[in-house]
Amino acid sequence: MTNLAIAAEGLRKSYGEKVVLDGVDIAVPEGTVFALLGPNGAGKTTAVKILSTLLSAGPASGGIRVGGHDLAADPQAVRAAIGVTGQFSAVDGLITGEENMRLMADLHHLSHGEGQRIIAELLERFDLVEAAAKPASTYSGGMKRRLDIAMTLVGSPRIIFLDEPTTGLDPRSRHNMWQIIRELVAGGVTVFLTTQYLEEADELADRIAVLNDGKIVAEGTAAELKRLIPGGHVRLRFTDPAGYQSAAAALPDAARDDESLSLQILSDGSQRELRAVLDLLDSAGVEADELTVHTPDLDDVFFALTAKIEETVR
Amino acid sequence: MSTLSLAVRDSSTMLRRNLLHARRYPSLTLNLLLTPIMLLLLFVYIFGDTLGAGLGGGRAEYIAYLVPGLLLMTIGSTVIGTAVSVSTDMTEGIIARFRTMAIHRGSVLVGHVIGSVLQSVASVVLVGAVGVAIGFRSTDATVLDWLAAFGLLVLFALALTWIAVGMGLISPSAEAASNNAMPLILLPLLSSAFVPVDKMPGWFQPIAEYQPFTPAIETLRGLLLGTEIGHNGWLAVAWCVGLAILGYFWATAKFNNDPK
Repeated sequence: MTNLAIAAEGLRKSYGEKVVLDGVDIAVPEGTVFALLGPNGAGKTTAVKILSTLLSAGPASGGIRVGGHDLAADPQAVRAAIGVTGQFSAVDGLITGEENMRLMADLHHLSHGEGQRIIAELLERFDLVEAAAKPASTYSGGMKRRLDIAMTLVGSPRIIFLDEPTTGLDPRSRHNMWQIIRELVAGGVTVFLTTQYLEEADELADRIAVLNDGKIVAEGTAAELKRLIPGGHVRLRFTDPAGYQSAAAALPDAARDDESLSLQILSDGSQRELRAVLDLLDSAGVEADELTVHTPDLDDVFFALTAKIEETVR
Repeated sequence: MSTLSLAVRDSSTMLRRNLLHARRYPSLTLNLLLTPIMLLLLFVYIFGDTLGAGLGGGRAEYIAYLVPGLLLMTIGSTVIGTAVSVSTDMTEGIIARFRTMAIHRGSVLVGHVIGSVLQSVASVVLVGAVGVAIGFRSTDATVLDWLAAFGLLVLFALALTWIAVGMGLISPSAEAASNNAMPLILLPLLSSAFVPVDKMPGWFQPIAEYQPFTPAIETLRGLLLGTEIGHNGWLAVAWCVGLAILGYFWATAKFNNDPK
């Protein structure tokens, strides 16, 4: 059995009447990436805050162990094992990037020489050498995020919490961040990641839990989650209402969207199934203006799962 | 590492951070110095003759009377900056980061407090220098008196700083912090800083006499000018120790609460 870096049972938290986390179980084996996926307000940040000792867990919560230490009994030991990069940049904007790094080295009680070495290495690795002498408040969003992660790494934590690490970043910075996370994992670090981007969870995570309204509604690998919903579909779009109507008549199984003049046909996207659709269109004498093949991705899983919840609520 | 050496080491790291802030952005501290210096010049050069006559002397006598009170008012003014910077700091993500690190928990506040006391001392020295430049001289103060005066100023700064840190922690914004800490600069106006307490209306005298500023001002006057200190010395120390302890427990409790 592999050791769990993070193990939480029945994580609960409420503010007055408002229940934010309603019995969430989390188990993250060492050296893996776990993604907590959910829309805004699902409770992701609250979960990270509790697991990183920032917030106390609700009274009805079960046991929580992080890095092998009991969170309630020995929070300092947990803190010594983790590194946290929150959703809002945790850099000191009034001082320079290098001074921020120095601050971290001092708080980790590194000797001056060792601190210098690690700071130089991290500034280099995160492409911050040129900006090191500038106040952190003048950094761009991507640079701040890089500095933020670099600061988290000063203490060489074995478990890293990343709360929406790429929210608000441009695509290039986002891919850089993914690269950084992959490198961390290659070094044996356990990563607990929250995101609202399914693509991101798909790219990075070994296991994904979908959090909605304080409850985990599904959990598994990306492939397992994708299997939870029916296959993909082909989408046909028309500009001409008459063409749309005759195509709809030729494809009685298709789901109609009269407003956008588009049809959706369930399909696995294979050549054989696509040809069948095209043949039907040909024999009806209509031509679609646009044809897209949609393979199931986590977005479908996500919408399927969260929609299901809404239905049961109603 | 023992708890104490951890506390000392982390607190000095935090102090360095706060001093770095103060050095990079001196405008807040300097702005807060303006109030006591303006009041000093206003009361000496505009009201000084009349107020001095009221005390049975002239402007020169009034300078001697005024400066000790203004030195303590300078501390009240400086710690408003502390409340503002603590409240601003708490909205920064870096504080959340500190809370998730295995550091001495109190070090964040201790760094603020020591930094603020040092700033208060520097501000007092600056305002004192202005006082000396416009004619303030101590009378018969021995080295011991000066040391005691310095000790009193530091203790008073420590007490007000802990209170200001608490005010900063309960304030949701810098503006609110500045408003909440306003009494710390208004209280000296209701003390013996500008006018002797026995010249105030009878019903108001007990308030003016026993509020924290008056005993401290009277003690400082006694040390620097040789006037009667009487029970004010103990009263001043009691106020300072009491406020420091109250402020310490209040601020630490607020800081240890779950952040919002």
